[in-house]
Amino acid sequence: MAVSSTQVSVHVKINGQEITKECEVRTLLAYFLREQLGLTGVHVGCDTTSCGACTVLLDGKTAIKSCTVFAPQVDGHELLTVEGLGEADHLHPIQQAFWDCHALQCGYCTPGMELAVLALLQRNPNPTDEEIRFGLSGNLCRCTGYKNIVKAVHQAAEIMNHPSTSQSVTL
Amino acid sequence: MIPAAFDYYRAKSIQEAFFAKQQAGADAKWIAGGHSLLPMMKLRLATPPALIDINEIDGLSGIRLQADGLVIGALTHHAEIAHSEEVVRTWPLLAQAAGLIGDRQVRNRGTIGGNLAHADPASDLPAVALALEATLVAEGPSGRREIPASEFFVGPMTTALSDDELLTQVRFPVPSGKVGSFYCKYPHPASGYAVVGVAAVAQLGPDGKFQAVRVGVTGVGMWAYRAETTEKELVGKLPTQENIASAAQHAVDETDVSQDLFASEQYRTHLAALYTVKALQAAVQAIQ
Ligand SMILES: Cc1cc2nc3c(=O)[nH]c(=O)nc-3n(C[C@H](O)[C@H](O)[C@H](O)COP(=O)(O)OP(=O)(O)OC[C@H]3O[C@@H](n4cnc5c(N)ncnc54)[C@H](O)[C@@H]3O)c2cc1C
Ligand code: FES
Ligand code: FES
Repeated sequence: MAVSSTQVSVHVKINGQEITKECEVRTLLAYFLREQLGLTGVHVGCDTTSCGACTVLLDGKTAIKSCTVFAPQVDGHELLTVEGLGEADHLHPIQQAFWDCHALQCGYCTPGMELAVLALLQRNPNPTDEEIRFGLSGNLCRCTGYKNIVKAVHQAAEIMNHPSTSQSVTL
Repeated sequence: MIPAAFDYYRAKSIQEAFFAKQQAGADAKWIAGGHSLLPMMKLRLATPPALIDINEIDGLSGIRLQADGLVIGALTHHAEIAHSEEVVRTWPLLAQAAGLIGDRQVRNRGTIGGNLAHADPASDLPAVALALEATLVAEGPSGRREIPASEFFVGPMTTALSDDELLTQVRFPVPSGKVGSFYCKYPHPASGYAVVGVAAVAQLGPDGKFQAVRVGVTGVGMWAYRAETTEKELVGKLPTQENIASAAQHAVDETDVSQDLFASEQYRTHLAALYTVKALQAAVQAIQ
């Protein structure tokens, strides 16, 4: 049994890289990622589990709101943040689709939104408009009005289902 | 928002969890999904000196359909329940209610055990546990006991569990006869929590009349309850619109109706009757 007061060592695999870092037990995962590891693509919008800007992927498939998890709780697990999704010159199909469809304006919601989209497409590769809207209801966007996000999800699904027809990276 | 400092224990087995609890004292809290506890800790409405994390305990999670019932581990996430074929086949309203909780991320993290143990006045699953006459299995250092849902919710955010007990399983009896069920909720537009949530189970006899009716209600009072007067009114009657609407007028007889910024007492009372009608009608329609 791991027993710790105040300081604890957290070992996680983040975006493919093994990392061990000390933190205070009460550190929220979102702040651990942003402040301790410099992964500032993890945004904090509300800090009350509402907006989804802090969404990251746990163990490759589960979208979670990192403002509502303590950092030591992910010890021994794997995480994906937007930094691990694609690269500037080699965007992930979801990122490319967001770009192509104008699915972002200020971009604040985008990293969390894209990770929620990835989880959605992993469990449902051909979602309907309604399934997309329901599946992304934990991610709020103040700018786009969502229409172009829905469009982008369809485009991303198309590319991810037929990777050979596009230049973009696959999963 | 930064919660107050606490000690953190990560238990790998139930025994370790009990041991940690003994070490950490009565005010220490179990943490499962953390999606009720953590928000309260951020607001410092809860300042437990220690948390005992039960997420890594083997065998506390999963869904099993047995001859004598549907058995769901306390650590099973809402999302898994919502999409489980066994649940959809046995008690569709449970899958429905779990699938309507918050949003996908919340359902990925929150657990059935945490939801019931927390007993939030606006939680969905207490209404379902009551309507399905679920049995809650609790384990503590002094052994294991089974608590009927009807005896579990005893006050505002208060359950029959003692401090050192862990909810390990929730058992739902399998339906027999001509049974239909439905969960109907009016969600708060921001949080998704139930302003009013009604879980209805209807059983018809060979004469086409109600043989059994069970109605669990959440969101209306300070804790979930069975609308017993409504249930009794209907037994032996035909499932007509008129009979259902008349019985639903008693939907709040067993509670003190709450009011808040979102819904007045009068509005909640109106919604409770309306959603009782909707849930009962849909439950009758769901009978094969
Ligand atoms: C944004 C948001 C929206 C939500 N919307 C809804 C909604 O629409 N409907 C709804 O019903 N709920 C909703 N919830 C609450 C959610 O369902 C929680 O996950 C659930 O109420 C608590 O489960 P948990 O596993 O997260 O428990 P935790 O937060 O870990 O624990 C809650 C309490 O239960 C105790 N506990 C946990 N597990 C056990 C156990 N096995 N045995 C004994 N005690 C235990 C803990 O000590 C704590 O006191 C929402 C939450 C959020 C953050
Ligand atoms: S910052 Fe986590 S949900 Fe808004
Ligand atoms: S692009 Fe601005 S919040 Fe979504």
